[in-house]
Amino acid sequence: MAAPFDLNNDGVVVIIGSGAGGGTLGNELAQKGVDVVILEAGARHEYDDFVNDEWDSFTQLAWKDKRTTSGDWRVAKDFPNLPAWIVKSVGGSTTHWAGASLRFQEHEFKALSTYGKVEGASLIDWPITLAEMEPYYAKAEAKMGVTGTNDWPRLPGNNNFKVLKAGADKLGYKECHTGNMAINSVDRDDRMSCQQTGFCFQGCKWGAKWSTLYTEIPKGEATGRLEVRPNAMAVKINHDASGKVTGVVYADKGGKLQEQKARIVAVAGNSIESPRLLLNSESAKFPNGLANSSGQVGKNYMRHTTGSVYAIFDKPVHMYRGTTMAGVIRDEARHDPSRGFVGGYEMETLALGLPFMAAFLNPGGWGRSFTTALDHYDHMAGLWIVGEDMPRAENRITLHADEKDEHGMPIAEVHFDDHANDTAMRDHAYKQGQALYAAVGATRTFPTPPYPSTHNLGTNRMSEKAEDGVVNKHGQAHNIKNLFVSDGSQFTTGGAENPTLTIVSLAIRQADYIANQMSEKSI
Amino acid sequence: MVTIYERKPGLSRRELLKRGGASALLVISGSAVISPKHAWGLETSALKPETMATLIQMARDIYPHDQVPDKYYAIAVKAHDEQAGKDPAHKDLIENGIADLDKKAGSGGYRGLGWEEQRVALLKDIETSPFFQAVRGGLVVSLYNQKEVWPIFGYEGESYSKGGYIARGFDDIEWL
Repeated sequence: MAAPFDLNNDGVVVIIGSGAGGGTLGNELAQKGVDVVILEAGARHEYDDFVNDEWDSFTQLAWKDKRTTSGDWRVAKDFPNLPAWIVKSVGGSTTHWAGASLRFQEHEFKALSTYGKVEGASLIDWPITLAEMEPYYAKAEAKMGVTGTNDWPRLPGNNNFKVLKAGADKLGYKECHTGNMAINSVDRDDRMSCQQTGFCFQGCKWGAKWSTLYTEIPKGEATGRLEVRPNAMAVKINHDASGKVTGVVYADKGGKLQEQKARIVAVAGNSIESPRLLLNSESAKFPNGLANSSGQVGKNYMRHTTGSVYAIFDKPVHMYRGTTMAGVIRDEARHDPSRGFVGGYEMETLALGLPFMAAFLNPGGWGRSFTTALDHYDHMAGLWIVGEDMPRAENRITLHADEKDEHGMPIAEVHFDDHANDTAMRDHAYKQGQALYAAVGATRTFPTPPYPSTHNLGTNRMSEKAEDGVVNKHGQAHNIKNLFVSDGSQFTTGGAENPTLTIVSLAIRQADYIANQMSEKSI
Repeated sequence: MVTIYERKPGLSRRELLKRGGASALLVISGSAVISPKHAWGLETSALKPETMATLIQMARDIYPHDQVPDKYYAIAVKAHDEQAGKDPAHKDLIENGIADLDKKAGSGGYRGLGWEEQRVALLKDIETSPFFQAVRGGLVVSLYNQKEVWPIFGYEGESYSKGGYIARGFDDIEWL
């Protein structure tokens, strides 16, 4: 059973966040006999509490705390206080994610070496390689039940996928399939297989899609060594005179501040909250915030180069039926600068329900140009573009100068400007997506702007040299031995692939490292 | 295998206009907006009923769907009446916004303009105003989040209780 740990127990590893990084790290450590407390800002909703309704689910799961935005990205205009569409609930954004689980490509770990210096970008290479990551990718795929690996069949294609596949064939794309999805295609791990319900973004009510909520977390709790404390919003990490972290101050459900002592702290609150917490943990010893002697905390915010293409046909599609992300085209994910940009992008099917289609197809749009698109909602197909965006020091998370949340913590300000490479890639992808659907007979296509970010990356990046980033190749802070970063904020660059599989793989790898260091008494 | 749901054709724009525009279908009576033809009425408490009738027309002009009856536009803008009851500043925003539209429209007011294009031209002029943004911003949720309108667009909504689509047409596309 779940072990409640005393606030003064300074032998525990405290993890902030229970999503892909935090939830996985917590279970992995608990399985190795390490005592763990996970502080989760959100409430605990089990999977039968999820709702098949876009706005109701958003209300239930989304991180809605106010943030501010600036920069030339359209999100700053259309959704000025909602830069990211992520989750505040036990399980974090693994409740909401679509399940796409693609490995990074070899060259994506070596962005600077492969792409060369790109003006206006702060590219560096990862301090790890694909070869080093492969065993951990394999463990993550086995843990998550990724289709197309370990003899698990791929999911059957839904209507939206069939349209995508027909277009891919017409354009001559070679690598198009129903993806590598962390969604059970057969009953396994005491969870059932996908029932093609749709609403993957609203939490899978069958538990067929992997989420830490009903896999890692209960498995960790069953060891007696993991406690997940919901409604616990971390506001500050404390340290001692030597600079070692000693505990985490959090606001409990009633808003009362508590401190959980810790032997080790791992930050996994996603790429906006993690740097916010480190920056807010400033002290006389660390006046610029924790782990920030390089000044890199919060910088190099990446969100993937995204966008969608929707298309209307003269016959019905019903794209919303079945898996939300039901297939992928990988041909454009290669690095091929002859296209006018470095890096590559994936094309993945995506469907929104009518309420979210109205909100996101063309935010702010109105009149017949807009409404005649929705009139043919059931004749629509759609795909999402996800590509590598360029890290830029100016794209960053900072603490708001004046505005504070209810716990007195400055809210996060998110600044983002597209790099010219991002724009060139997005334009290329729009063109390909529109050509793809036109080839199947689309009568009208829509190059739809990026949604609030779901892939938030890079704000505490991993680097070989301490001056280039925040953490080393194990996600360990360059200047504080017992402080770790365990989420997508440690990504050095974004790659073209959906990040969750890499976050989970890094967490498994980090757990090995932490357990070793603990048994060697070096931390 | 589930049967593909084919939407019944709605009123064409031409038919609608032949009937004199949607405005002719709404009647103001006391403190209510009434649609005699469709047997529904909407009582207002804070906003003038004439304001509500114009707001309903404005909502349709912002998100025109000829196959969606006025009732759903009325439901979608009803919250402005409730909010106006609690917040005098909101009441002023709506009443003044509508009065301004009526003034710009000339003697017959906004609803008196027969062509959608004429009304839309007025809306274009005020597109960036707080009044327009308040009406449009709320409407994109309050109109499209009504479960009753979803079937009109061929959206089936909740599916878990029906066992998902695994046996209900997730891959039934036949025209490719």
